[in-house]
Amino acid sequence: MVMAEKHTNQAAIRVEGLHKDFILPHERHTGIKQYLINIFKQKKGYEHQKVLKDLTFEVKKGDFFGIVGRNGSGKSTLLKLLAGIYTPGKGLIQVDGTLIPFIELGVGFNPELTGRENIFLNGALLGFSRKEMDAKYDSIVEFSELERFMDQKLKNYSSGMQVRLAFSIAIRAKGDILLLDEVLAVGDAAFQQKCFDYFEQLKKDKKTVILVTHDMGAVERFCNKALLINKGRIEAVGSSQMIANKYNQLNQAQIEKDTKAQAERESNEDQTGIKMNIETGVMYKYGEKLTFTITWDKERIKGVKNAGVALFAANGEYVFATNTVIDKYKLNEGRISITYDLALGDGTYFFKIGLFGKNDTDVIRFIDKGPEFIIKTNNKWHGRFKLDHEWK
Amino acid sequence: MKISNIVSRKNRILLRELVVTEFKLRYQDSILGFLWSLLKPLLMFAILYFVFGQLLRIGSDIEHYAVYLLLGVVLWNFFVEATGQGLSAIVARGDLIRKINFPKYIIVVSGTISALINLTINLVVIGVFMAINGVDLLATAPLVVLPIAMLYVLSLAIAFFLSAANVKYRDVGHIWDIFVQAAFYATPILYPISMVLERSSFIGHVLMLSPVAQTIQDARYFLITHQTITSSQLFGKWYFDLIPYALTAIVVVVASLYFKKSSKYFAENV
Repeated sequence: MVMAEKHTNQAAIRVEGLHKDFILPHERHTGIKQYLINIFKQKKGYEHQKVLKDLTFEVKKGDFFGIVGRNGSGKSTLLKLLAGIYTPGKGLIQVDGTLIPFIELGVGFNPELTGRENIFLNGALLGFSRKEMDAKYDSIVEFSELERFMDQKLKNYSSGMQVRLAFSIAIRAKGDILLLDEVLAVGDAAFQQKCFDYFEQLKKDKKTVILVTHDMGAVERFCNKALLINKGRIEAVGSSQMIANKYNQLNQAQIEKDTKAQAERESNEDQTGIKMNIETGVMYKYGEKLTFTITWDKERIKGVKNAGVALFAANGEYVFATNTVIDKYKLNEGRISITYDLALGDGTYFFKIGLFGKNDTDVIRFIDKGPEFIIKTNNKWHGRFKLDHEWK
Repeated sequence: MKISNIVSRKNRILLRELVVTEFKLRYQDSILGFLWSLLKPLLMFAILYFVFGQLLRIGSDIEHYAVYLLLGVVLWNFFVEATGQGLSAIVARGDLIRKINFPKYIIVVSGTISALINLTINLVVIGVFMAINGVDLLATAPLVVLPIAMLYVLSLAIAFFLSAANVKYRDVGHIWDIFVQAAFYATPILYPISMVLERSSFIGHVLMLSPVAQTIQDARYFLITHQTITSSQLFGKWYFDLIPYALTAIVVVVASLYFKKSSKYFAENV
């Protein structure tokens, strides 16, 4: 196979006037009976949902192109259209070169087959011949560090081993254009690091890559261009920096709306008996102070001896937690307030809150998803924390 | 869908992987494994032969009736297996279709190929039975590939149609099960067609219009005994002779068009 020569100004993917509708049945009755009933009642058993509306954009050869958007914005549908899994309703998608999609790792993996057999099956689905797979096989196995398990059935692998095997196949799959879904980066920290190393390598090799994600850190780090999609329309296309900013604005607006709605809901009907409020707002810069207040109904929630607040990043990363017992702070009934110095990197964060009795195990109330806030500073460094450091 | 794509290298590789996988999985964790492919038709044949041949004494006027019966049963089983595998093929592989783009017809074809492999094994068994029963090797024997090829084309076309229809309406599986049951008795497999013709010439003629009946009778004629009544002998008029072929052709055209049209939306609907 001769690799297409790279001209930086040539389009790898061209999308023009792309529309996509889904026909959603009202009830999941896919049967002739329902069909007949609907005819009889002269009722349409379905409705059209416009998922993508008039998308036009271009990905150039050698671009590391990010597609970002909130949940339900249509980005996964766009990805599946680009991968050829869905058929466009209207419009045109032109792809120049072989496209290798990774919507999910290990497509077609069968638990009853051995590791070796699964490698070849997965390879065939990605379009590689037995000979091509033979050539890659050793390096796949080596990278996965699963040499000893190749002749065991996949069902005897731990989930971590399965992911390792699938990922090893993925990174050995060479095509002109790679389509990556963020689900690739799901896993423990070490695995995420491996993914990021792989992205870094792709970037260095000037591969054409399309990355779908809502991790703005990854977009700014890897992508040279990005597209923001909102409610099925293109909100903006441009530099990854600009798109990340727009995305955060969009997110902030949504969070403010959500918080307001939540506050309203809580004042109307206080179900949990707990009220939470970030006194100082939603947007912060590095090092600013944030005050978070929890109040609870003393009549309904009794015996609180310890209050804990944990801080998580939007991707679920555990950032910091403490409670009043650890800090030897004497808790008053019904109200506690905590002020942080936000020496934290850019990102979206949220609180988890627990009210406890005498012991940690004695949970009186626990709130898994508390209020959110955003830090956006445009620091030169990356990551969560700025560590003291010294170059020599 | 271009013809060159249908047999392109990439698609052949995938087809082979899928067939091999299916074959491996089918006999996993069974002691006799692949032997079941042989045992199942043999045991079914033993039952049918006992009930119809010995108990009810049907077909005593046809030479080598046991082998004649077995060939019919084997071909019918192939038809049922190929269409049945095809029917569930797309729905069963929904997980794949939703995540990766590949030509969908490959899944249907791979299902029918496993049936074809089974048929080949069974034909070997029939060969052994023919030798044991002292069936003379007829000059027409090599021609048996023609009706078998036609039966395969018909089964494949039906499989295409059913697999696509099943994505939309899951009732298709149940309807097909019942249809196959009825068709089994409406096809001259267990009984010689002469038995029906004696009672009602009209019904006998109608039954012989079925492409499955025609191919089974032709295969018996070519391979086992020229006593077999074939469709073309029965009608003797060329336009009647053509009906089973025409039916197959219609099924092929309708099924391919329907499959091609609906396969674009499998990923959304399955």
